[in-house]
Amino acid sequence: MKLAFKLAYRNLIGAGLRTWLNVIVLSFSFVVIIWLKGVMTGWDHQAKTDMTNWEIGGGQYWHEAYDPYDPFTLTESHAPLPAEFLPEVAAGEMEPVLITQGSIFPEGRMMQVIVRGINPEQTIFQLPTSVLDSATDAIPAIIGSMMAKTSRLKTGDYVTLRWRDANGTFDATDILICGIFNASVPAIDAGQVYIALDKLQEMMLLPGEATIVTFRSSNVPRQETAGWVLKTREELTRQVDEMIKTKSAGQSILYGILLLLAMLAIFDTQVLSIFRRQKEIGTYIALGYTRQQVVGLFTVEGSMHAVLAAFVAAAYGLPFLAWQAKAGWTMPVDTSEFGMAIAQTLYPVYSLGLVISTVAIVTVTTTIVSYLPSRKIARMNPTDALRGKLQ
Amino acid sequence: MENKSIISISRLIKRFPMGKDEFTALRDISLTFTEGEFAGLIGPSGSGKTTLLNIIGSLDVPTEGEALVLGRSIGKLTTREAARLRKENIGFIFQSYNLLAVHTVYENVEFPLLLLNIPSAGRHKMVMDALEWVGLTDKVRSKPPQLSGGQCQRVAIARAMVKKPSLVLADEPTANLDADNSHHILQTMETLNRELKTTFIFATHDDKVISYLHRKIFLLDGRVDKDEIIRSNKR
Repeated sequence: MKLAFKLAYRNLIGAGLRTWLNVIVLSFSFVVIIWLKGVMTGWDHQAKTDMTNWEIGGGQYWHEAYDPYDPFTLTESHAPLPAEFLPEVAAGEMEPVLITQGSIFPEGRMMQVIVRGINPEQTIFQLPTSVLDSATDAIPAIIGSMMAKTSRLKTGDYVTLRWRDANGTFDATDILICGIFNASVPAIDAGQVYIALDKLQEMMLLPGEATIVTFRSSNVPRQETAGWVLKTREELTRQVDEMIKTKSAGQSILYGILLLLAMLAIFDTQVLSIFRRQKEIGTYIALGYTRQQVVGLFTVEGSMHAVLAAFVAAAYGLPFLAWQAKAGWTMPVDTSEFGMAIAQTLYPVYSLGLVISTVAIVTVTTTIVSYLPSRKIARMNPTDALRGKLQ
Repeated sequence: MENKSIISISRLIKRFPMGKDEFTALRDISLTFTEGEFAGLIGPSGSGKTTLLNIIGSLDVPTEGEALVLGRSIGKLTTREAARLRKENIGFIFQSYNLLAVHTVYENVEFPLLLLNIPSAGRHKMVMDALEWVGLTDKVRSKPPQLSGGQCQRVAIARAMVKKPSLVLADEPTANLDADNSHHILQTMETLNRELKTTFIFATHDDKVISYLHRKIFLLDGRVDKDEIIRSNKR
């Protein structure tokens, strides 16, 4: 086997440009696959981190009637905080949020919004809630950049907010946009208006009540509480995993096409080698190789393309991948309208497992593709091969 | 002292399928070769000399009859056993040299020793000795495309001789060479035959080769037409 590797190496290097063209195509597959998978992993990390920082913290308790996909549930989904939550709320380790429906009237148009009451002093989310404590002539509010774009509101704008209180009575007041934040989590931006929790409780006639309660740490063991449903961080980010899984499946087609191109080149080279090197095959047999050993030699030769490609990929791919991990990949289109937690710049995350599995898949595929045409050698007549007669 | 027989061919017939029919390339061949012979199978194209050489070299098998080479019946060898016989005991020299083009002269000559798993240090000495026999020690780093036809054939001789085989089979070794190179090559092989007692069997119709042979076996239409011993190989 050692001899086969030695000979295969000599033959490959001796073949010159033909070898290097195949190796470069194959190395391109290595780098692109690792980079794309790295981008997906990076997106997964970024989406979960952003969701943690902006929306879900270490996990949440939802009022048992709350369904984020059904606004009608908002009327009923509120309750006083359970007594066991109060120490953590007081310590800032839990943040209650009251949620209700409302309408705003920017530039005379009516727009449905979700109004979220949040503690201005909270530190669990990255939301700039401290401005909600400002002393102004209207209720201070913050919105996300996506919401600002669709409503054409900007900092300093006044807008009328209408809502129904707990008794079903409509009421309205002006709110002042005190801040606009940038977040890559659409769920906390699109159609959302944030005001101070105590203000919303007062407006809703629901003092001390909340719809969801977010806790900071996901490491503290939590129990279900009557009337409240525990949602762990893993449950809340599961949709990201599902989305990444779907996207990854789509990307597999791209990997397949890349690999197919590289494998076509290898297959073609092998077929051409066997066609052109019949005399050489005959010579190997005359010198003492069995036909199976020649099959082995040609298979090793073909699969060694993958080994050389791994080195070539390392030479130009490592600096590229490292630079990408640092500088990130800025999406060419505005990601805020994608409707999913995706940052404008994605930072690929690579793992040793990713590199090893990619190299292993490409090498095994190359070996199989190299072996298939090489089987023809096993059926060759050595005396015809020696004469270079086509078989 | 009588030299021992290393090849014994008895009533050998070789047929090849040709469409629905068969073509008989060798008919009832019976021959014996002793150690150290410098013999040639002579005949026109299609007389069966290369076929017989291929059978002796275990690259092909008889259809009928028996070919015993170094005590082993060619027709009964497995492919692995046949490969081992070639690897350990037989050297081949071809008309078109059949050198490995991407390998250097040194690597080409070294190849049979790699197959025999000879350790590196011993291998180097054997390769250099073989290249010295053929006068090519200054070309170790050259590759076949950089050499003349005569030099390529000398590399092929070195490759065939490097493992000091019992038997060297040369198929039209001078067909692609001019007269000077042919004589040089033949003198080299004759010297190696004399000094190393290696048996050489040629397949040829080249007069230059025929003039060097100690035994001439004329083949015609797959039969032995004449078997002449010019010089005995008793030593």
